[in-house]
Amino acid sequence: MKRLLLATSLLALTAVPALAARDQIRIVGSSTVYPFTTAVAEAFGKASGMKTPVVESTGTGGGIKLFCSGVGEDTPDFTNASRAIKKSEFEDCVKNGVTDVVEIKVGFDGLSVAHSKDAKDLGLTKQQIFQALAKEIPDKDGKLVANPNKLWSDIDASLPATKIEVLGPPPTSGTRDSFAELVMEAGALKFESLAELKKSDAKAFEKVWKSMREDGAYVEAGENDNLIVQKLQANPDALGIFGFSFLEQNAAAVKDVSIDGVEATYETIASGEYKVARPLFVYAKKQHVDVIPGMKEFIAEYISDKAIGEDGYLADKGLVTLPGDQAEKTRAIAEALTVLTADGVK
Amino acid sequence: MTEIRSDFVAKRYAAERRFKYYGAGALVITALFLLFLISDIAIKGFPAFFEHRATVEVTIDPAKVDAAKPQAGDFDGIVKDAFRSLFPAAKSRADRKALGGLLSQGAADDLRDMVVANPALIGQTLKVPALLSDDADLYFKGMQTGLKITAGAGTLQIAQSGEEYVITGDTGDLREGQIIRANGGALRITKLEGSTVVAEAVLAPETLNTAVAGQWDMLTLSVKEAERRVNDKQVVWMEQLRSSGVIEKSIAWRFFNSGDSREAELAGLKGALVGSLLTVAVALLLALPLGIAAAIYLEQFAPKNKLTDIIEVNINNLAAVPSIIFGLLGLAVFLNFFGLPRSAPVAGGLVLALLVLPTIIIAARAALKAVPPSITEAALGVGASKQQAVFQHVLPLAIPGILTGTILGLARAFGETAPLLMIGMVAFIADVPQGFEDAATVLPVQIYLWSDLPEIAFQSKTAAAILVLMVVLFGLNAIAIYLRKRFERRW
Repeated sequence: MKRLLLATSLLALTAVPALAARDQIRIVGSSTVYPFTTAVAEAFGKASGMKTPVVESTGTGGGIKLFCSGVGEDTPDFTNASRAIKKSEFEDCVKNGVTDVVEIKVGFDGLSVAHSKDAKDLGLTKQQIFQALAKEIPDKDGKLVANPNKLWSDIDASLPATKIEVLGPPPTSGTRDSFAELVMEAGALKFESLAELKKSDAKAFEKVWKSMREDGAYVEAGENDNLIVQKLQANPDALGIFGFSFLEQNAAAVKDVSIDGVEATYETIASGEYKVARPLFVYAKKQHVDVIPGMKEFIAEYISDKAIGEDGYLADKGLVTLPGDQAEKTRAIAEALTVLTADGVK
Repeated sequence: MTEIRSDFVAKRYAAERRFKYYGAGALVITALFLLFLISDIAIKGFPAFFEHRATVEVTIDPAKVDAAKPQAGDFDGIVKDAFRSLFPAAKSRADRKALGGLLSQGAADDLRDMVVANPALIGQTLKVPALLSDDADLYFKGMQTGLKITAGAGTLQIAQSGEEYVITGDTGDLREGQIIRANGGALRITKLEGSTVVAEAVLAPETLNTAVAGQWDMLTLSVKEAERRVNDKQVVWMEQLRSSGVIEKSIAWRFFNSGDSREAELAGLKGALVGSLLTVAVALLLALPLGIAAAIYLEQFAPKNKLTDIIEVNINNLAAVPSIIFGLLGLAVFLNFFGLPRSAPVAGGLVLALLVLPTIIIAARAALKAVPPSITEAALGVGASKQQAVFQHVLPLAIPGILTGTILGLARAFGETAPLLMIGMVAFIADVPQGFEDAATVLPVQIYLWSDLPEIAFQSKTAAAILVLMVVLFGLNAIAIYLRKRFERRW
């Protein structure tokens, strides 16, 4: 018996391998950037004959945490992010010795509000969306009250008299963060009382636009955008919030709700006319460039015209590509591997 | 008196009958749910086991493929040129791009493999199948748009005025958006004004001759151009390909033969299948001996005291711990402390071993307990030692029960994703893992990753992968049932 136990524990110990030098690029981060980075990784693997990079889908925050955990073979070389790195995260990076970070902006992702093809066309303003979805909204006197709106027509008589029901991502999602910042905050600022609140008590103001209704008007439908699309097909009165690439792929099932009079199309997002869009980033660890083989070539593949160019394969995958001048800037940074400084982080 | 009693009895019978109906009803509802779920997945997943390819005639130009290094040859160019040559009229850049969109990024992979395996083919002309893109594939599977082709019955005159075409004649019922194919071109109806029909060119007709019945036909597409992934021009091209017989439908072996890809038509399960096998193998190698040893000790040798009671309660509790906790443990212990590689089956297997260990211990203890004490007592009575009695008499009788429990534990390990998230196995891994330390992912993770991609074709792949996972799990359960039935002994 003893011998058996001893043998198995020895077996377990000898199974621990020596850490071999890594010859495969490791990437972590945002699930929004994942479909694009994986496409680049595959193209890079095919063209270079090197091992195809491993791309993990950990979410933006989780990715940056892993990325910033230190320098060395057991830390990732790149992280995908659906927002820019935060000051606190960057400080964390520097503290752990990750001092040379290159920020590569690769394109945009539009957030679309959409509904079933069978529904009547609809246009909303950010203010109306805020009134529909915020947990507390100001009443006539500017005092915050629990959101009383049940029907869209309660907000504005010109809107249809259907129940407010919006399917969207849960709080853990980067999409939700962006939606709150781009739509809810902007919508909240349209109220004078809230604009004043921002000046007097920024924390309280943030709570107002970040808190979504919990009485069934806003339904957390999970991280999976395909699920939201399917639910919209089943319920023509419901609206859904998801990434633009899903709108593009599912044009036969769902259509866009214009926001502030602008529809989400490839052109309006690229030109900046459609405001509910966010930049997507890939962060590279410059300290790894000469250690892990293929990093330079991978960056070159990512910024090449056949990837992020207007007719590139990433545009086919739903990425809204950078306009000319910004693409130039990205290329200049990526080629020179210009590192991010503390002043460059907000 | 008797009347009251019979009334009472009748009530009891009625209650019993009702209960039977409730039971049968519950069973029927469960069966219906299951049937609905499985048939839904099967219907969605079935098309993913097939693919469409276009047969093209290629000449393997020695200038493009070096016999010394066939791997590096420009096979993409060869296949694309051959495909384009089927449509000599498509010359503009936009047309060439639209045509290229019908072919897969990996259309030349099959040809490359053929030539690498047999370099003698260089310089020859041969017919090879070129894989179509996911959009074209979905079109041929009828998942992009419905299509009705109506043969033209009357005579048609086509006149050109500037960019537009005016169609007159006996056209029958027409609608806007329909496409008329005549004189080697295709015209999309844009306006109907009484009996004059205004159309624009999808493909410019070669001549403006009169088309009589039988020389023209009409395509009616149920989904509008803006709402599908292939445009009208691509539809016309694909219909040309279909009628010339170069499109073939075949079983998509690459679904089982290749690793993951971002191109839906190229993505396969091999990487995930191999990853699953490697991971579960590690888990089995570790959990089975440890689990059986622990169970034998606890059941047969350990003294009954406070400590073993605590251990027993803890093992039962461990079996109910959410699996993500094991992932966190794996991250802290195996990756950060022991320095195992991220995303590797060895780390995943260790985590899954911890996960299934309590299940195996519990099952093994139950199996050992089920062996009647008379067996041990008889062995001890004829002079065997305790160890001999256990290993030579009790354990062999308990093995079928232990194996059943182990297989059910493995089935659970096969279906886990949450604990693998923390150790980096939820990842895009294109290369098929070659060993226990290579980056790998597993079947359920592959399903999760595919389900989250925007391309429509991946939804079908997701369902197909679920089918494969279900077959694996059914297989494991079938083995468990077989073992139980075959070797089970009742006392």
